[in-house]
This record gives sequence, structure tokens and C-alpha cells, in this order.
Amino acid sequence: MKYGPTVIMEDLTFQVGKGEIFVIMGGSGSGKSTLLKHLIGLKAPAKGSILFEGEDIIRADQETRKGILRRIGVLYQNGALWSGLTLAENVALPLEEYTELDTRSIGEVVSLKLALVGLRGFEAFYPAQISGGMRKRAALARATALDPDVLFFDEPSSGLDPITASRLDDLILQLRDSFGTTIVMVSHDLASIFKIADRALFLDIREKTMTGVGTPASLRDTPPSDEVGRFMRRSSESGPSRDPGASLEPRAQSSPDRGGAK
Amino acid sequence: MTSRTLAVRWKAETLIVELGGDWKLARTIPRFGSLLEDDAQRSAPRAVEFDATALGSWDSSLLTFLQQAMIHCEAHDLEFRQGDLPEAIVRLLDLAMAVPEQDMDDAAGGVSLPSAMGTRGIAAWDGFMAAITFLGEVTDSFLRLGLLRLRMRWRDFWVVVQSNSSGALPIVTLISFLVGMIIAFLGAVVLRRFGAGYFVSYLVGYGMLREMAALMTGIIMAGRTGAAFAAELGSMKTTEEIDAYRTLGISPIDHLVVPRILGLLVTMPLLTIYAGFVGILGGMVVAMMVLDLTATQFTGGLLQAVTLPDALLGVFKGTVFGLIIGLAGCMKGMQTGGDARAVGKAATSAVVLGITLIIAANAVIDWLAVVLGI
Repeated sequence: MKYGPTVIMEDLTFQVGKGEIFVIMGGSGSGKSTLLKHLIGLKAPAKGSILFEGEDIIRADQETRKGILRRIGVLYQNGALWSGLTLAENVALPLEEYTELDTRSIGEVVSLKLALVGLRGFEAFYPAQISGGMRKRAALARATALDPDVLFFDEPSSGLDPITASRLDDLILQLRDSFGTTIVMVSHDLASIFKIADRALFLDIREKTMTGVGTPASLRDTPPSDEVGRFMRRSSESGPSRDPGASLEPRAQSSPDRGGAK
Repeated sequence: MTSRTLAVRWKAETLIVELGGDWKLARTIPRFGSLLEDDAQRSAPRAVEFDATALGSWDSSLLTFLQQAMIHCEAHDLEFRQGDLPEAIVRLLDLAMAVPEQDMDDAAGGVSLPSAMGTRGIAAWDGFMAAITFLGEVTDSFLRLGLLRLRMRWRDFWVVVQSNSSGALPIVTLISFLVGMIIAFLGAVVLRRFGAGYFVSYLVGYGMLREMAALMTGIIMAGRTGAAFAAELGSMKTTEEIDAYRTLGISPIDHLVVPRILGLLVTMPLLTIYAGFVGILGGMVVAMMVLDLTATQFTGGLLQAVTLPDALLGVFKGTVFGLIIGLAGCMKGMQTGGDARAVGKAATSAVVLGITLIIAANAVIDWLAVVLGI
């Protein structure tokens, strides 16, 4: 993985299972967001490949690539809502592009998606007219518009207050448990990682590679490197969790109800 | 994938809705209301219940259908029974139907005429006050600059001077040359009828130096530099760079606005003089080609008729227009809203405001010149 001419990460090999919540962790500047850009096909790796159900996302022909992109959703760090469109138009655009739903049905799906993120009645608002937390939720509604199989999140809790961030975590869990959506998330928010992650990967900026993959608890209790240990212990050293009601213990690996979806 | 099925049956006064097969977004979502219309021979049900025994995979299309059903039941006072809907669907429906955390009805609803007029009036007043405040801050900064008590980044000033001098020359040259030609063509057609073609040099010189050089340069620079100022400062506003100045106790006017306006105040008179000469050159080319005048005849006529005050009036206008462009561009930039669209809006309104004020100022200066006999 390169940033300009500089190699920032090497030998990255990992798999994400269906219905899994997988977190990419690492310190600032370790290349987490760059790795995410590779995973969603915005950047090509210097060497190697990124496979989505066996298809190379970078080298796939245009039709296959569009099919893959139809099945993924991305929540960018700042939401990246289109400022010239209302929230309803933001959510409707992927539906108009990829489905043959009539205008009325699209309107209803849009209302549902906004209602699911607690933004019922905000359809006519522009992104500039709502708060940062609401923008992030609206962006989540847009990312889930097409019921994607895989959702990518870039630092979902950044810029949010602890309560809003905790609610967003609940929403992410709800999405996975209800729709069976696979979640790949870039984060260094340990409270969030311990609350929702099934497995996590650590990018070590000094080693220029990944130095650990496992459950958050295993990475904390038996860290594969000093750097991972320091990173995972940071929350207990720096004070209480952001959410007094949330446990720092990892959640159960089984998801209670994924039966109906997908 | 099995195809979606939807059927109804009655159990006493309860309508049982049978959901089957795979529900996918790519297809049209059925209307819940039409289920009841199809069964119009029966009296209205008291309750609606769902049978999901044959349901396969599902996505938002089923949720949307169920949401329709919930809204219909609520509107017609019917009992909504979940039946054996999967737990995940029930949880999502509960989430979707939860009361929003904020009541924004007032903001989302219609607005009465008096309310709209009041809002516009308040916005206009706020805009006026913001403009006065901005002018006051700029005046204060320039006064401190005059008293050598202002700390400003002179590098920014030189960047503005550079981009508005050599950077603007090609477009100013082209437009001024063409305007000079247009005036000369106009003069050639009209003056030749009276046998006074020789006086075309008077028309070109007088028109360019007194009016058109400053006016056209002002309009060009309003579109080029005024918009750039608004966009630059607007982007800085959206990324909170201007707030960062303020929170450090540093005046953004001193650091961002003064160098820009000062740069324009220096370059605009120079560009006006340059535009005047280029325009006269354009007029001379037409006079030589259309009226068969020589360069000597043209310049001789020009020097006889056009005086230094004419040229100085043009330079004065250029300076005033520079001030207007700088103020309009910087003010619109500093008043930008918080998103990308607002930056574009700021740039557009900076150009519109700049050109409008330039033309208005031109009229006022011309009127004063007549009154003062210049």
C-alpha cells in the first residue's frame, strides 16, 4: 500500500467473514483510512489484490465492478452528504440509479431509511441545516439505501458526542443483526471497538504491516506486540468508557437473529 | 430466489396478510391499501395480522410495505398485529415508527406570507448590519495600517499584486483592445456621415480613458478576482480556519482582508492605465483600416482633445472600483455559510454585488465630474 511514492504498509492479508463486524485499528497516520480506500476500490494496491467474493474489485470489468459497488455501502468520516441535495434526495439517488422502483416507492423507502436512523420528518432538510450527528446518521441512511451486503465505516464516531456515538454503535449492531450486513470499520475508538467488533486488525506504523488480528479481548489480554498492547490498554489508562452504560467486554460472537435477511 | 407472494384471507373480522417468497428492492413495492380495495365486498376489518410462514429472504421492500400497513392501520383505527413476523423485522419497524427526537414541524411546514416577509426583512436587516460591521472592521484595520500599527502578512499582499497584475494582463489586453475597436467602429460609422471621421481619435481616447478602461477592467476583475476572494475566504470559513484566527485573538480582517484589498488598490489603477492605452491602440487600428487615417493624424487628434484630467478621472475610477471589488469579494467570503454550496453562492453574489456597485459608482462619479466641471 503506497501513499504517493512512499510505501506505508506491506504484507496485508486478511479475510472478513459474512455478517462479521471487523475493525481496522491503528494509531493516527497508520494508513487505516487509506486501507479503507483500497477496500472500497477508490485506490489500487501497489501489489496484490482485493477480492470481493472471489472477484478482484480493482481489475474486474466495469459491469462486474458496478455489480460489486451495488452491494457495498460506505459511510465517510464527515458523512460526505451532497450539500446541494436534500436528505431525501441524498438517500434516493442510489435507489434511482440502481433499482427500477417507481417514484412513490422510492419516496417510501427513503422515508423508511431516514426513520430507521431517527430522522423521520427531515426529508426536506439540506445537510447544512442539521447537526453533525444527524448528518452522520443521514449518511448512514444513504449508505444503507440499497441494503448493501457490506458496509464500510470510516471513523463513525469521530466528531460525535459519547451518547450519539453510542447510539450509532447500537444502530450498527442493529443493522448487522437484522440484515446480516457485513461491517468493516476503521476506528481507534476503543469503547466502540469493544462494544461492537467481532474481530479487529491492528496496523503498526513502525512495522509497516499488520501486527495482530483477533477479537478485541484477545488483542488486549494477549497482545501480539507491545504496540498492540499499549493501544488496547489505553482506554483503561485514560479513564472510564465514553458510555457509562456500555460494557467494555466484547459482545457475544453469535448474532441472535440473522435468519430472515439475505 | 423464489418469487414474492402476497395474499389475504379473513379470520372473523381480522384480515390475515400472507407474506411469501423473497422480497427484493429491485421490484415494485405493492400497495397495502389496494389489498383492502380488492376485497371491497367485505366490511372493513378490525385488525390486520401477518402470516410470514412462507416468507423467504427480505430487505427494505418488505419493511416499506409493512410501514405502509402500520400507517394505514393508524389512520383507519385498525389494530396492527405482528403475527409471526421475524423478530428482526419487528425491531426495525419499532425503530422506524419511533417518535423523532426533535419536533421540526415548524421548520418543515409551510410558511405564511407575513411570516415569509418578516423573515426576509429580518434577513435583509441582518445582512445590512453585517455589511456595516464588516466595513467598520476594514476601516479600523486600514486606519491602523496608516498608523503603522497593523501586523499583516506582506507576502499575501504581494501574491495578490502578482496575480492581479501579470496574471490579469492577457484578459485585460484582449477585452480592452476589442472595446477600443468597437468604439472606433461606432465612431467611424457615425462621424463619417458628418465628414468628421478625423475626430474618431477624440471619441476613442475620451471614451477609453474616462469611461471604458476603468469600467471594463472593473467588470473583468469583479468576475476574476472578486469571485476568487469570496471562494478562498469562503472555503476558509467552512474549514473553520477563520474561526481559528479569531480564537487565537488574531483579526482575520488584518491578515486576510487587508492584504487582498490593498493589493487591488495598487493594481487596479495600473491596470486601468494599461487598459486605456491598449484600447486606444485598438481604436487606432480601426481608424487606420476603415478611415485611412495615419498614426500621426490619430495621435495628433487624440492629444488635442483629451486632457490629463480625463486620464486621471479614469485612474480614480479604477481605484474606487478596486476598493469595491475587494470589499464585495472579501465580505461575501467572510459571510459564507457552512457547506460547499455556500462557497459557490458566495462567489456568485460577490460578482453580482461587485458589478452592480461598480456601475452605480461609475454613474455617481460621472455626475460629480459634470458638477465639478472635470
